[in-house]
Amino acid sequence: MARSGIELAAMAQTATARSARWHWAEWAFWLLPLIAYFLFPRHWVFLSQIAITALFCLSLDLILGYAGIVSLGHTAFFGVGAYTAGLLASHGLGDPLLGLLAAALCAAALGLLTSFLVLRGADLTRLMVTLGVAMMLYEAANKLTDITGGVDGVQGITVEPVLGRFALDLYGRTAYWYSLAVLFVLFWVARRLVHSPVGLSLRGIRQNVSRMPALGTPVNRRLAAIYTVGAAYAGVAGGLLAQTTQFVAVDVLAFPRSAELLLMLVLGGAGNLYGALVGAIVFMTARHLLSDINPQYWQFWLGLLLVLIVLFARDGIVGGLRRAIERISR
Amino acid sequence: MSTVLETRGLVKCFGRFVAADGVNLRVQAGARHALIGPNGAGKTTLINLLTGFLEPTAGDILFKGEVVTRLPQHRRVQRGLARTFQINRLFADLTALESVLIAVNERLGLAGRFWRPVGAFAQAVDDATAVLSDLHLLEVAHERTRSLPYGKRRLLEIALALAARPQVLLLDEPAAGVPAAESRELFDTIARLPRDVTVLLIEHDMDLVFRFADRISVLVDGALLAEGEPEVIARHPRVKEVYLGGASDG
Repeated sequence: MARSGIELAAMAQTATARSARWHWAEWAFWLLPLIAYFLFPRHWVFLSQIAITALFCLSLDLILGYAGIVSLGHTAFFGVGAYTAGLLASHGLGDPLLGLLAAALCAAALGLLTSFLVLRGADLTRLMVTLGVAMMLYEAANKLTDITGGVDGVQGITVEPVLGRFALDLYGRTAYWYSLAVLFVLFWVARRLVHSPVGLSLRGIRQNVSRMPALGTPVNRRLAAIYTVGAAYAGVAGGLLAQTTQFVAVDVLAFPRSAELLLMLVLGGAGNLYGALVGAIVFMTARHLLSDINPQYWQFWLGLLLVLIVLFARDGIVGGLRRAIERISR
Repeated sequence: MSTVLETRGLVKCFGRFVAADGVNLRVQAGARHALIGPNGAGKTTLINLLTGFLEPTAGDILFKGEVVTRLPQHRRVQRGLARTFQINRLFADLTALESVLIAVNERLGLAGRFWRPVGAFAQAVDDATAVLSDLHLLEVAHERTRSLPYGKRRLLEIALALAARPQVLLLDEPAAGVPAAESRELFDTIARLPRDVTVLLIEHDMDLVFRFADRISVLVDGALLAEGEPEVIARHPRVKEVYLGGASDG
């Protein structure tokens, strides 16, 4: 079945274009948060926390799943974003979108700055550098009680209505729609990014970094760029948390948040964007349900689940599902 | 003919081992230049130095008359110096087309674009399909690299280098591991490259070298032993000694 070159070239065009188009399963996935809104009206606050965590997890996926940079201190950016939005709102600048923009910029600046340290080394160095940066920030926030309020948190955060119209309410209705909308928009942007030439070049870097310079790719520049974008995303997630809970304390910079995040991403599956969302949903829900049943013991089940995932589905829940579907449909 | 690639007193030491020992190599524009020598003579090291994969201990590298000794790898590629690897360095989970597109995007200055999908850049896809077509890879353009047979992967290795549209192409044993029948075909493909692409080739199969090359350099123990046209090299007494005589092959 020999095809002509022109025919094959045309096929190449359409196939590369098609991979960037939205699959029906993706649309179905995005219906879930809408259904959840009606199904669990008493849990809007919790749902918005899932959305925020999902955004945070997405930011880690950009740097770990797409660029292959392992981080144990990703919460540094989350914390900087949270403090930026929180402090602005406590000083009379309570416009939510302005707060998010500032959070993104501050976190991005820290990301760009630390990217040069992070990119110097191999995996172990990266783990330590990211961990170290987050620890320094934690202690700094802990000491600067005049500004941060330490463990008591930033005092007097007042957030204005979203878009000047939708005030944040006690039930978390606005918080949920707001967080969800921000998550969706940033997901859409990230999705465009990973299907673009930059995304292709990042996939190349992750799969065989040693070949990339020989193809003309400035590897470090590209890694620094995505690290900065990932930092900005984490900053927005932090900003969202500060605004929707009207509270920021040093725990936003604490190590467990970074570790849990890594766990969620591995659970869901790194490197396909949806894994980050699924990981956050599963982790948060499991913790919510299991800790209700047995507050002391829930981490046992979480640990077990994690071990099983890493042993039997290296690409996480989403990767495992995808392979299962491929096997059935074949 | 003008010199396009040149080394001056190039030295590379790994600890006390001298892998390149004052190499003065000149490659003429448009040449089909072969680099031969026994195992461990430093041929791959020389390619690694030329492309910036390694930094020399001393000496200089000139490409198109400019010193590129300290230039990072990707900048040398951008200037038109590309290579292949002796052992495949490919992208297991990318398709052949995607792999080639990485290099094409870099050449066209599109690799930093982050908004429109890869397939939206028609020029890049056209160029990539042209490269795949030249190397008989169009039929497998959408197959993942991991599922390609070894011979096709070897061709993809070359396609990646060609996608950068190099003026000088460094081929490090392109037929390594390819069965004899296929390696003929592979060399026919290399022989069909346009004459304005200069080729510097490392190869062990002397039949192929003498069929293909119009100039040969012989490297022994990190130093250039002889250089000249194939007939000259074939009659060169020291070269004969190294290849046929009892000289140590290590």
